[in-house]
Amino acid sequence: MKKSKNSFSYSSKAAYLFLAPAVTSILIFFFIPVMASFVMSFTDFDIYALGSIDMVRFIGFSNYVQLFGDPLFWQSLQNTMYYVVLASPLSIAVALGAAILLNSKLIKYKGFFRLSYFIPYITTLVAVAIVWRFIYHPKFGILNYFLSLIGINPIDWLGDPATAMPAIVLMSVWKTFGYNMIIFLAGLQNIPEDLYEAASLEGANEWQKFKAITIPMLSPTTLFVSIITIVGFFQLFAEPYIMTQGGPLNKTLSIVGYMYQEGFRWWNMGYSASISFVLFFIIMIITVLQFKLQKSHLA
Amino acid sequence: MKGPRIKLFPVYFIILLILTSSGCGDKKDSATRLKFWAMGTEAEFVTKLVPEFQRRNPGIKVDVQQIPWNAAQEKLVTAFASDNTPDICQLGNTWIAQFASLNAIISLDKYIADSPSINKENYFTGVWDTNIIDSLVYGIPWYIDTRLMFYRTDVFKEAGYDEPPRSWEELYDLCKKIKALHRGEDKYAIYLPTNEWNPFIMFALENNASLLKENNSRGNFDSKEFKEAFRYLTNFHKEKLAPLGISQVTNVYQAFVEEYFSIYISGPWNINEFKKWMTDDLAGKWSTAPMPSKNGDHYPGVSLAGGSSLVIFNNCKHIQEAWKFIEFLSETSTQLEFYHLLYNLPAVKKAWEDTSLANNKYMKAFRLQFENVVATPKVPEWEQIAFAKVQQYAELVVRGAMTVDEAAKNLDKDVDKILEKRRWLLSRKK
Repeated sequence: MKKSKNSFSYSSKAAYLFLAPAVTSILIFFFIPVMASFVMSFTDFDIYALGSIDMVRFIGFSNYVQLFGDPLFWQSLQNTMYYVVLASPLSIAVALGAAILLNSKLIKYKGFFRLSYFIPYITTLVAVAIVWRFIYHPKFGILNYFLSLIGINPIDWLGDPATAMPAIVLMSVWKTFGYNMIIFLAGLQNIPEDLYEAASLEGANEWQKFKAITIPMLSPTTLFVSIITIVGFFQLFAEPYIMTQGGPLNKTLSIVGYMYQEGFRWWNMGYSASISFVLFFIIMIITVLQFKLQKSHLA
Repeated sequence: MKGPRIKLFPVYFIILLILTSSGCGDKKDSATRLKFWAMGTEAEFVTKLVPEFQRRNPGIKVDVQQIPWNAAQEKLVTAFASDNTPDICQLGNTWIAQFASLNAIISLDKYIADSPSINKENYFTGVWDTNIIDSLVYGIPWYIDTRLMFYRTDVFKEAGYDEPPRSWEELYDLCKKIKALHRGEDKYAIYLPTNEWNPFIMFALENNASLLKENNSRGNFDSKEFKEAFRYLTNFHKEKLAPLGISQVTNVYQAFVEEYFSIYISGPWNINEFKKWMTDDLAGKWSTAPMPSKNGDHYPGVSLAGGSSLVIFNNCKHIQEAWKFIEFLSETSTQLEFYHLLYNLPAVKKAWEDTSLANNKYMKAFRLQFENVVATPKVPEWEQIAFAKVQQYAELVVRGAMTVDEAAKNLDKDVDKILEKRRWLLSRKK
């Protein structure tokens, strides 16, 4: 008895020792900065404060109050919502579709397709965004060229306030669905084959099998994929930063983009920190909601 | 095997720490080392000037470090926050207010007073003025720039203008005539993109608008002068004399070649680019011209004093040596050499008498323009006001989402918010 207790404490010590580097680095590089920026969000920390710390004022909730009256913040929130609502279902649907196609026994050269669909995901975003800027060019872009073949007049994709965000959505869906597809593919391969066989024996058609077997069996995967996708899409930044700089008419300014501008362009760190915490709470609420929804759906 | 490895880990770590920390420790060297940060290609070419300085001053070594332009401000502010600033640095002259307010750079009046070579009279008044914050001089102009009109001489002639326009009236008339030449085509006269705030401010200053008021602590955009200039300029977009969006013009040079527009307000950094693109029979078909003035008198009209200055940081331990280096870079011959290396325009007036500049046909307009350049408001917040707010409201007006009056009112409201901290600091000083 005594001996086993000893060995337990010894092994737990070893475990803590192994954990220590990871825990310390998370503490130093994650929790402390997060706490610091939380405190900062209640101050007016800015360029003057960098010069001398006594130029910092604690201003309570003023940043948050100002934020809720800031039309640019609402604009950026609206843009981000628009982007998430449009891009997430699209990305998930395209990923699921591609995964089902790739999982089909009729497809040849699966490795090739899997790789080609996955390549956009691992390509540097900056390079991709620059290439897509050319694709969207109103005069020389290949997209407008194809549209002209079916008689559609050239569209100034990134220059028109109405089409700029959809254009970015299209690009992000193309860029990200490969990753989701791989996860769906793994989920699909985990569904036991005999379920489908049994359904076939009962005379179910493909659509019924999809609805009654594939969808429910995939639901944990779908939950994971949708959380990852939505959380990722809420952090929209690099695409508009490179392609439109938030324009035209701020129609592609995202929350993270606005946060970056305020914080690292104009050094309004306090205000910027408050934006990031509002974003944090939005993402948290949506994640919790998703879990709840999924649970009630399963029950 | 496992045991010793775990125990050894901290040892490795400590050894690593010692190794890395000794790497940046001081090398035992009798020479004084000056850390000089310069940006982009300037850093690359200034290294060619350093050997001559070191030959003349055997006791001083200059280490040039290159920092990229687009991350320069961020890097400098971070360096300041972590006490890692260089001794001397090149600073865009609109940033001087920011670094002076941070107390990061020192005032140079004392050194200028004792200097045999550097004094105010050697420089263009408007450019020198950008370095003065609260009547103290913080920077010495290194090279200068300003914006003026790049234009198509052939299109101007076709439109009936043998000489570039000298007044606002003429500019407008000319643009109408150019547009008429391209009847029905998707072509324009002038390019005034809303992601470049400079022309909007230049025309306002030409119209005697004072942009900020009450000791630069409140916006003053809702003034008759500003609105008149803003209306004049945005009218070019409204009458389709200037293209609306900016995404059509992915390459301004290509657009200039294709006569998509025939006037572009830009700076000397574009001279070589235009030379590169306007080749063969187009080579002689473009030129530069000073800004038109409002009524045609007091020609040329106002433009902005731009360029880079040399500053000394507060924690520099070898100010005398650093000043010597600045004096060296400000000598007429060094300035000319730098011009020949990089085509950055010399700040010292005397260098402009050299034949390489005096006989350059593109430089004549610049020489004239520098006589009428002014500084933008010297507050740290100006960059934010110009890039975020002026551009935002210019775009809103151009696209018809707001009237000029609404834009000016909102601009004042936003600018007042940005300057709130400044008002607090001013009230504390009293």
